[in-house]
Amino acid sequence: MTALTMKRRDFLQVSTIGGAFILGFRIPTSRPATPAGSSVGSDINAWIRVDQDDTITMFVSESEMGQGIMTAVSMLLADEMEADWSHVRAEHALADRDKYGSQSTGGSTSIRAGYERFRQAGAAAREMMIAAAADRWGVPADDCRAEQSVVIHTPTNRGLRYGELATAAAAMPIPEHPRLKEPSEFRLIGHSTKRLDTPLKVTGRATFGIDVRIPNMVVAQVVHCPVFGGQVARFDASRAKDVPGVLDVVEIPTGVAVVAEHFWAAKKGRDVLDVTWDEGANANLSSDGITARCREIVGSGTTARTDGNAETAIANASRTLSATYHVPYLAHATMEPMNCTADVRVDRCEIWAPTQSPSGAQRTGMSITDLPADRVTVHTTFMGGGFGRRSESDFVADAVHASKAVGRPVKIIWTREDDTRGGYYRPTAYNEFVGAVDANGWPSAWVHRIASPSILMSKGYGLRDGLDAPAIEGAANIPYGFPDLHVTWADPEIPIPLHWWRSVGSSQNAYVTECFFDELCALGGVDPLEARLRMLDSHARHRGVLNVAAEHSGWGTPLPTGRARGIAVHESFGSIVAQVAEVSLRDDGLPRVHHVTCAVDCGIVVNPDTVRAQMESGIMYGLSAALYGELTIERGRVVESNFHDYPVVRMREAPTVDVQIAVHGDAPGGIGEPGTPPIAPAVVNAMRALTGEPTRQLPMRLGIGRADG
Amino acid sequence: MPAITFTLNGQAQTVDAPADMPLLWVIRDLVGLTGTKFGCGIGQCRACTVHLNGNATFSCQLPVSAVEGQTVTTIEGLSEDGLHPVQRAWIDVDVPQCGYCQPGQIMSAVALLAQNPQPSDDDIDRAMSDNICRCGTYNRIRRAIHVAAEEMNR
Repeated sequence: MTALTMKRRDFLQVSTIGGAFILGFRIPTSRPATPAGSSVGSDINAWIRVDQDDTITMFVSESEMGQGIMTAVSMLLADEMEADWSHVRAEHALADRDKYGSQSTGGSTSIRAGYERFRQAGAAAREMMIAAAADRWGVPADDCRAEQSVVIHTPTNRGLRYGELATAAAAMPIPEHPRLKEPSEFRLIGHSTKRLDTPLKVTGRATFGIDVRIPNMVVAQVVHCPVFGGQVARFDASRAKDVPGVLDVVEIPTGVAVVAEHFWAAKKGRDVLDVTWDEGANANLSSDGITARCREIVGSGTTARTDGNAETAIANASRTLSATYHVPYLAHATMEPMNCTADVRVDRCEIWAPTQSPSGAQRTGMSITDLPADRVTVHTTFMGGGFGRRSESDFVADAVHASKAVGRPVKIIWTREDDTRGGYYRPTAYNEFVGAVDANGWPSAWVHRIASPSILMSKGYGLRDGLDAPAIEGAANIPYGFPDLHVTWADPEIPIPLHWWRSVGSSQNAYVTECFFDELCALGGVDPLEARLRMLDSHARHRGVLNVAAEHSGWGTPLPTGRARGIAVHESFGSIVAQVAEVSLRDDGLPRVHHVTCAVDCGIVVNPDTVRAQMESGIMYGLSAALYGELTIERGRVVESNFHDYPVVRMREAPTVDVQIAVHGDAPGGIGEPGTPPIAPAVVNAMRALTGEPTRQLPMRLGIGRADG
Repeated sequence: MPAITFTLNGQAQTVDAPADMPLLWVIRDLVGLTGTKFGCGIGQCRACTVHLNGNATFSCQLPVSAVEGQTVTTIEGLSEDGLHPVQRAWIDVDVPQCGYCQPGQIMSAVALLAQNPQPSDDDIDRAMSDNICRCGTYNRIRRAIHVAAEEMNR
């Protein structure tokens, strides 16, 4: 890094979808701006470093949890920069609000919010490279172009490599309005591109949070109160401290930390640790009580949407149907249990976290240590799944507290049991429906009353207009053109910590709305695809994906005896996905899902293979929940603990998946979450087609056709 | 604490460890090879799969005392350059998403192909259903195993 670049403090403002973002360019200071041991090239801006050997490192400010964002962001930067992709590498940027704004990856927003932003940064870098070359040659920049990490002077065909230009380019003024490429000029965007992280991940060399090792580090397990909101009354650590390898047992604000030389000693110590809990006010919570509470209040909700007069329309209709639909609390069950490493010193705090929210991790570190942001360094590691769970920072607090307490670097690792029972769940939802069909059998009126705990209240954000947006998403904005429609929401106020779970409210609302819609179609004796197309008159993109899914699944064509198809469509996070599931009945009464046809309209596609991968992934994730996922609460505790009683889909149950990218939209939509919502209703609708029985409660293992009453 | 000696990735390895310490934690915390992953601790997810004398074995419940004198291979020992045909197939198909379960998946797949060089989809489903992938990369794992089989039988 040159002395000149060390002095630069430049900003470029750009506005992007969803409000203004600061396109912060790297502001080098005496504190290393990038992780120790990374390269020492020239920083062109906050995301891009170019080494003299032409290696280009993208410092990705979004968190890679499997969704392919490290590659997609690098593609956006590299395409506009005209970088030679074979020399591009990526790593996570440090948490840095000045440069990147809030770093929290969730809500399928990275590409939606960053599509322009990252391209701007790449285009600016390209123009700075060209300016540096033009300057060196003493020619007009307009006579130069960039290709494959080389600036070429077109009239003379001279070339300078980016590596040769990096130092000078980094000193160039940052263009405020760099020219963005036309889509026809894209070399990477829109073309399937191999992920940058795959070689690391197939060799065991990718460093996940749990793999972090730093000098003098110890390993701890933190025992939390099994009842949400409870705390330590007293504990006896004498037996735990006798376990060889256990170094200390300390109470911290989040529980009791058993600190040891390694995980196994911490586990053995923790197993014989005697803690008496003050279980607090929630020790009587139970699933039955929660459901009873939902049933009690479901009729008294706040109106989320009303069109026409649904109650009157239903009272006057000749054919009506009532049903109750119920879904349970769900854990995210990321493959890598929660963990974090922290090194708290008097004057600084360093955190290594598999976190979706580097900003949240930094704020957590700041609040526990009372240190300012520039003294709290957050390294984002690879993470073994996120699905929303890793945007909470409770596990970061465990590590920071533990390191602060013992005065050494501490890696805390949750066991699978800690992870399953540790809170921050997808909320339960209890739904009452009444619907009607008209004289021709078409669905004509719709009343949907929801009782579901509020994620926003749980997180302390508060409601807006008396409503919890997550609880009603996909329900209040149901796309079907019902002339008479009424949707309400009520909060049962259950004190169990909630969090975003892959596709959030859409994870339950797609299921309940698309299945009740199918029930109305059955009541009216109309084809569920035809009914949808008919009632989606003003939703061309919905009709588009439905038609593609229908065509590619052979909808309406004969199937072998014992098989049936079901269809569902849902919009979430700016993308629309339709799925057709083909099922048969297993011996145990559950569906065997043979094949899923998935059509997705996500507007603009950055990496088509990643879009396909995320659809495959969302389907398996949603199918696990539909078939098996349930957390049960007894005596204020979560009963389930590990994959034996919180089962997930395995390979033998995994359907083959055919993904069709059917783009009609022109704005980038989300991709990490929208594949999840339609699978449960597609499978349940197929089972109803097969057996004649609706499934009004998930998971399906509780029994097909069982209706919660 | 007993000293236990076994062969790890082709090299003699001696560790001082409690006899009941699972091989997983010996490999990760004492030897320092972190490619083998912890997922459940009860043999349900197989993220911790290694080869014990060539057979796929979950290491989270295998006491280190049981591997005295045995041969253990982890993902790090599968190939010198990270380009075992199964790893290459995983790259070709772009299997991993979060990647956390993939070392275990790959170790299971290598063991399957050693016993059954041309597995059918059903063979793959049977052999691979012990390994959980929460990203749901199952379709691609199946495809990559076929790609690797073809490559290895060439």
